[in-house]
Amino acid sequence: MTIKLFLTTLVCTLFVISLFIGPAHLPISDSLVAIFSDQGMLTLIMYEIRLPRALLAALIGAGLGLSGAAMQCYLRNPLAEPGIIGISSTAALGAIIALQTGFAASFAFALPLSALLAAAIGVFIVLRLSGPTASSLTLILAGVAVSAFSGALLTLVLNLSPNPFAVYEVIFWMMGSVADRSMQDFWLILPFLALGAFLLLKSKNALDALTLGEDAAHSLGINMHNLRLVIIFGTACIVGASTAIAGAIGFVGLVVPHILRPLVKAQPSQLLPISALGGAALLLSADIFIRVVFPTKDLKLGVITALLGAPLFLHLIVKLRKGQAS
Amino acid sequence: MRRIIAFLIGMLVPYGVFSMENTPQRVVSINLCTDQLAMMLAQPTQLFAVSHVAFDPLVSPMAIEAQNYELNYGFAEEIYMMQPDLVFASEYSNPALLNMLKRLGIKVEAFAPSQSFSDVKARIAQMGAALAQEDTAAQLIADFDAQLDDLNTRPSTQVSAMIYAANGYTSGQNTLAHEILEAARYHNAALEAGYAWGGKVPLEILAINRPDVLITSSRYPAHSQAEAILAHPIIKALQSDTHQQQHLQDQDWVCGTPYVLRAAKNIMLGAYDDN
Repeated sequence: MTIKLFLTTLVCTLFVISLFIGPAHLPISDSLVAIFSDQGMLTLIMYEIRLPRALLAALIGAGLGLSGAAMQCYLRNPLAEPGIIGISSTAALGAIIALQTGFAASFAFALPLSALLAAAIGVFIVLRLSGPTASSLTLILAGVAVSAFSGALLTLVLNLSPNPFAVYEVIFWMMGSVADRSMQDFWLILPFLALGAFLLLKSKNALDALTLGEDAAHSLGINMHNLRLVIIFGTACIVGASTAIAGAIGFVGLVVPHILRPLVKAQPSQLLPISALGGAALLLSADIFIRVVFPTKDLKLGVITALLGAPLFLHLIVKLRKGQAS
Repeated sequence: MRRIIAFLIGMLVPYGVFSMENTPQRVVSINLCTDQLAMMLAQPTQLFAVSHVAFDPLVSPMAIEAQNYELNYGFAEEIYMMQPDLVFASEYSNPALLNMLKRLGIKVEAFAPSQSFSDVKARIAQMGAALAQEDTAAQLIADFDAQLDDLNTRPSTQVSAMIYAANGYTSGQNTLAHEILEAARYHNAALEAGYAWGGKVPLEILAINRPDVLITSSRYPAHSQAEAILAHPIIKALQSDTHQQQHLQDQDWVCGTPYVLRAAKNIMLGAYDDN
């Protein structure tokens, strides 16, 4: 409980800090006044530029942390993460195809739905290729194949676009960013993330049972087929909608559950909610870091999360090898 | 000594052939900006092909004129097959291509990009000399000066304007866009906002500086994040809350040609309508 409280406070603090950081260097007092009374442009800056940015960082971070934890618990493999196993890049591919063909403009939810569909296909392929109890080897191989394939298609689509700027945006779609998003973007993805989070959190007890093994879970009355569908759909909702708006942000779903797992004795029912909080905290701090340390460079979020995540990933692999050796 | 050699060569080469060699007869241009200058100055028979970009009305003010010429995509093989006696390129054209053409024995004339109106005149003169059409070039320069003088007689305004192109890039001093703003009698708000040398202006800074006129770039077909920023709600809010005028940076702004003055006149009209 104390962990939850601590993480909630951390997320709230980071959220507030995020609101007061920006290139315009508004004094904190002015920003506060602008939030609560109409100060014209200042209020617009707070509500149209900074608020959506902070909200999206928190929401998407929470979603990625949660879906990473759910994937890891379901596959009982600490390497399962939407970014690494290629779901984020299939979602990005779906979003790009929708944007480039103009389908995204046909109705409001066309963009997140396309990304969701592509993400669902990605999850399905990875689960199918790696089998129900994924060994690390098959999981990573399936992930590498899926992300290389969708990454190549993504670059191809952007290359063929009649828009000369599109080809330079591979880095946005591969690394992710929440800069210059609007409240519309937030409202657009909120229902999908809420639905995904609901589904994944609902299955936390089933995931608890699954820690005893598939047969034991089955005998406890867990419908494995349903659980699989719920995990696929919930993850696709979260990763698809997030990626449609902010690109593929990697490593959040890997790092956060990994750090928090020892704190809750690896119990999925507890790991899931605190991974959501941890993900929000991580992405908010990454976004604050970008704006404080490289204010003019418009660094992508994935750069920071990968700087944190890659060493941890290597650490995981070393640990895995030691485990296999003994 | 040199004169004697020149005289001897003159004796050896029949006069007609000699002048043919001085005046390029089959020119290929591979850069949008040299395309336009060449189309303005060359005799119809002199210019053989222009770049495929010249056919795109989104960036080329002479897309219709370009229909009179062959098009090229700037591939060495393709250009060599056209057998040109002169190729026009930008100094920033692919250096591997230019070296290849030179190795194949084709004369290449590279043009520096224009960063000011005096550069524009220098490029016109350079193009005139390269095509041996000095008189036409002089006429075009005189015409340019007359139009510029006409613009300069208009009263200066205190209206501020800022370029806000894809990715939020603005143009500061030493750019053609800056001179276009000044010719339109605006003052460039990028200078006060701390972007005297151009760069990427965050939306927040734009909202705080609130220039009277915002000049955004025309959109290409299909989606790009770079241009999505121009549809951000804050840009619309600026327009409705502060009665900001918004203009498009169109094909006239792209190259250092006399069209830059048309660009200045187009954004100027808006300002005078308002006052």
